[in-house]
Amino acid sequence: MSSTPLSTASEPKPVRVRRLILSHVDPWLLMLLLGVGAVGLVTLYSAGDHSLSMVIDQAERLALGFAVMIAVAQLSPEWLRSVAPWLYAFSLLLLLVVLAVGDHGKGAQRWLVVGPLRFQPSELMKLGMPLAIAAYLHVRALPPSIWTTLGALAIIGVPVGLIALQPDLGTAVLVLAAGVLALYFGGLRWRWVALALGAVAAAAPLLWMHLHDYQRERLMIFLNPELDPLGAGYHITQSKIAIGSGGLWGKGWLMGTQAKLDFLPEAHTDFIFSVYGEEMGLIGALVLLSLYAAIVGRCLVIAMRGQDTFQRLLAAALGVTFFVYVFINIGMVIGLLPVVGVPLPMVSYGGTSVVSLLAGFGMLMSLHTHRKLLTN
Amino acid sequence: MSAFDDIRNLFEERRRFSRRIAVAAGVGALMVVLLLLRLVQLQIFEHTYYSTRSDDNRMRVVPVPPVRGLIYDRQGVLLAQNLPSFDLVVTRDQVPDLKATITALREILPITDDDVQRFEARIRATPSYRAVPLLTNLSQENVAKFEVDRYRYQGVDIQAALVRNYPLGKSAAHVVGYVGGITADDLKRVDPDLYAGLDRIGRAGAERSHEDLLRGTPGTKIVEANAVGRPLRELNYKPGVNGSNLYLTIDTRLQTVAQEALGDLNGAVVAIDPRNGDVLAMVSKPGYDPAMFVNGLSHADYQALLKDPDEPLYDRALQGLFSPGSTIKPFMVFAGMQAGTLNDKTHFYCPGYFTLPGSSRRFRCWKRTGHGSLTATQAIQQSCDVFFYNTAFQLGIERIDKYLAPFGFGRVTGVDLPGERPGLLPSPEWVRAHRGHAWYPGETLNTGIGQGIWKVTALQLAQATARVAMRGVGFVPHVVQAIGDSTTGRVTQVAPQPLPTIVEEHPDAWNEVIEGMEMAAQQPHGTAYSIMRDAPYRVAAKTGSAQVIGMAQDSGSQHDQVDIPVKYRDNALFISFAPVDDPKIAVAVIAEHGVHGGSAAAPVARKVMDMYLVGRVLYGNKEAAGKPPAAPAPASTPAFAGTANR
Repeated sequence: MSSTPLSTASEPKPVRVRRLILSHVDPWLLMLLLGVGAVGLVTLYSAGDHSLSMVIDQAERLALGFAVMIAVAQLSPEWLRSVAPWLYAFSLLLLLVVLAVGDHGKGAQRWLVVGPLRFQPSELMKLGMPLAIAAYLHVRALPPSIWTTLGALAIIGVPVGLIALQPDLGTAVLVLAAGVLALYFGGLRWRWVALALGAVAAAAPLLWMHLHDYQRERLMIFLNPELDPLGAGYHITQSKIAIGSGGLWGKGWLMGTQAKLDFLPEAHTDFIFSVYGEEMGLIGALVLLSLYAAIVGRCLVIAMRGQDTFQRLLAAALGVTFFVYVFINIGMVIGLLPVVGVPLPMVSYGGTSVVSLLAGFGMLMSLHTHRKLLTN
Repeated sequence: MSAFDDIRNLFEERRRFSRRIAVAAGVGALMVVLLLLRLVQLQIFEHTYYSTRSDDNRMRVVPVPPVRGLIYDRQGVLLAQNLPSFDLVVTRDQVPDLKATITALREILPITDDDVQRFEARIRATPSYRAVPLLTNLSQENVAKFEVDRYRYQGVDIQAALVRNYPLGKSAAHVVGYVGGITADDLKRVDPDLYAGLDRIGRAGAERSHEDLLRGTPGTKIVEANAVGRPLRELNYKPGVNGSNLYLTIDTRLQTVAQEALGDLNGAVVAIDPRNGDVLAMVSKPGYDPAMFVNGLSHADYQALLKDPDEPLYDRALQGLFSPGSTIKPFMVFAGMQAGTLNDKTHFYCPGYFTLPGSSRRFRCWKRTGHGSLTATQAIQQSCDVFFYNTAFQLGIERIDKYLAPFGFGRVTGVDLPGERPGLLPSPEWVRAHRGHAWYPGETLNTGIGQGIWKVTALQLAQATARVAMRGVGFVPHVVQAIGDSTTGRVTQVAPQPLPTIVEEHPDAWNEVIEGMEMAAQQPHGTAYSIMRDAPYRVAAKTGSAQVIGMAQDSGSQHDQVDIPVKYRDNALFISFAPVDDPKIAVAVIAEHGVHGGSAAAPVARKVMDMYLVGRVLYGNKEAAGKPPAAPAPASTPAFAGTANR
């Protein structure tokens, strides 16, 4: 579990404790996260074919995640900033190790096994990346100069490349998003953003012309899975049937037929939103999206109140990355985005991502609850 | 780094950050709106479409096959039924180790290599959740053997199914027919919906001609199934309609008697009730065992049936074409009376031969010494050829055709069975079209005695005889007399279908014909006298024999035929009806290579009539012969004992 390095870090550091330990917890974020977690467990019970053990399993992970979150919240932002380079370096090292000796799971080399522990170093990098960029930009003049920007891109590019090599495209995208967002909030010049986007747009047709027919076909299916309804498109087709058949009010909890009858693959992991949309309908989707929006909104509020560059960039990057998470998953499930392996945060079944996510929220709470009265 | 801190404009940084947050929030809000729009599209605007697809995913329409109707004879004897059969079936996805399971099963059950091969072919083509038969029609003993050990065979079951069964076997095979597996060709001509869940279709006989009634209509069951198609629960059930039961006009007793009376000879026997067209018996010998077809015929068995020189699959009663020979003579008398060339006073002199005017070629009578001077009735009685050469010569071929056609010669009778052939009534048009030459006068003479290109079926002969018996009244012959609705149990009689009556133009036309036929049967010198003389009812009859190969007219008489190979011997024919004053049965018998109608075919007709009119066979039974008959009403006859006295 990714909690290992974090829990060692949670040794009580001499922070001034004026109130109960829970004082470093942001009640808004806590309530919203508990709400999403509850929705997740209820949906999981239905998606997992009424498997109570699966729900308990997930509940235990959530509990562990919340414990890690509270522990991280006790750390001071200064300490976080000081360990940022080390956490980044450590994560990078583990990524190299996992490429060399990692455990295979579902055709990709993602897992690192240390004694009884088995975890994905890429999850650790989800935290390491925004920390590293925020700390890197904290000590530099903003908006970043060209050299600062290139340095940041190097910090981002190396781990993203390593993760993409595993290959784990979903996580690579999220880690990339975390780094780039931090850079963006650091004030990356718009004209550079436009230049980069323009370069990509110009290169695309050139690249397209040099592709083989079968490669183009593959790319087309990747972009539009319905071209291959029995193969790659099967997931997305069944997912759209599930959500569309849910209608405004949904079929009712435990009444979704798409997941119950096994038409929907990965119903309890990446495609759990399909089950939710089928059973709870558009109304349910609005409720869940509102919860997510509120969480992101709270993150942005915390970012706005950040007292230095590091705090602001870290908070904004973490919050918006969380949004990217949600957007990619739901966008994929409803057929707006290509299918990449990104779970729905706090809802999809699976351990590592829950713990790293909640550790991130622990940092946000730390930033918010360790504010000092400013004198200047 | 503190040096940098001094020149950093913290306020400006904060402002810039706030703008970045605002832009991010704006873009994020747009993305949320995008998600919501897509959700509204899927869940509101396209909801109906996806609902349907969701239902299509989970709902499976499973056909519920109807039970095929039963077939009874006129007295309620079962001719076709459905028997439970126990099949050993294997469900692939429930068997842990298929190979080991089959090996273990083969130790206790007689499973052949063929069975295993067929099974393996079928299991590859069947979804794994569906049961596939490994061994069909298990005996009680084998079922018990399996049941004792069944816990050892996970995924293996005994499944009860209904299998078509024909209790009478060979003796009614051609009438009842059989069912067989549905082929791809069948599916092109039938509505596949009507065969949903069914794997058999009527292939021959009544099973084929009344397929629509017997089959019934399949019901449907809507089940909820998961992604691999395994049905989980039933959502809706719409029962089908089982097939109707058929009550045939066939009398099993007559069927068996006729079959046995033919002895070693192949041939056909048709008996009709002249009063309504009921086909009482329709035998084609040799028969075949219809059960062979039900479970699929092996290639070797089918080849053996096809190559059998006796051609058991060929229905001699409906499809066998024979020259009518002398059995046509009563009809020729009728034609002459109708045309006015004959009357009850007409005499022709028979010197033993006939010559056409201006020709020296002699057309011989079968009796070389000649019959002397004969009336029409005497000519029928003694089957004088010369009388009919004269009659035919005077009529000419056009008038012969005109007056014989109403009896149904050269046309199908329209019986409710498949495959009937029309035969051939000789005509100049036909000869011109098919033989490419003009009609020879000699052909008219041959037509007059039922030889030449004449072709009739046994059914046509019986039908024509029935019409004589009824003095022109007639009905379309049929084998189904009633239809029993399987749901209501109501039995609906099938109304006889009348044919246009043949009206006599000479007041004595029918009398002459019938009197001649009665004389043939029951007066000395009659060609059937020896067989019919002791019948306890009045019989009218006519014998016949027809050449199988073209032999010169004067190349020897029938008496020499014992010296030639069986397959070249003449066919023996016989027609009769009884009782003359109140006709209840008309019979036609064709005994292939039986030589003499009187000796080979007449006894068959006699026994059939005995059975129908008296309730038992009198002919050839020394105890019964000559004794006064029992009550002759067929309806009150004792239950059929199953064997005929010989």
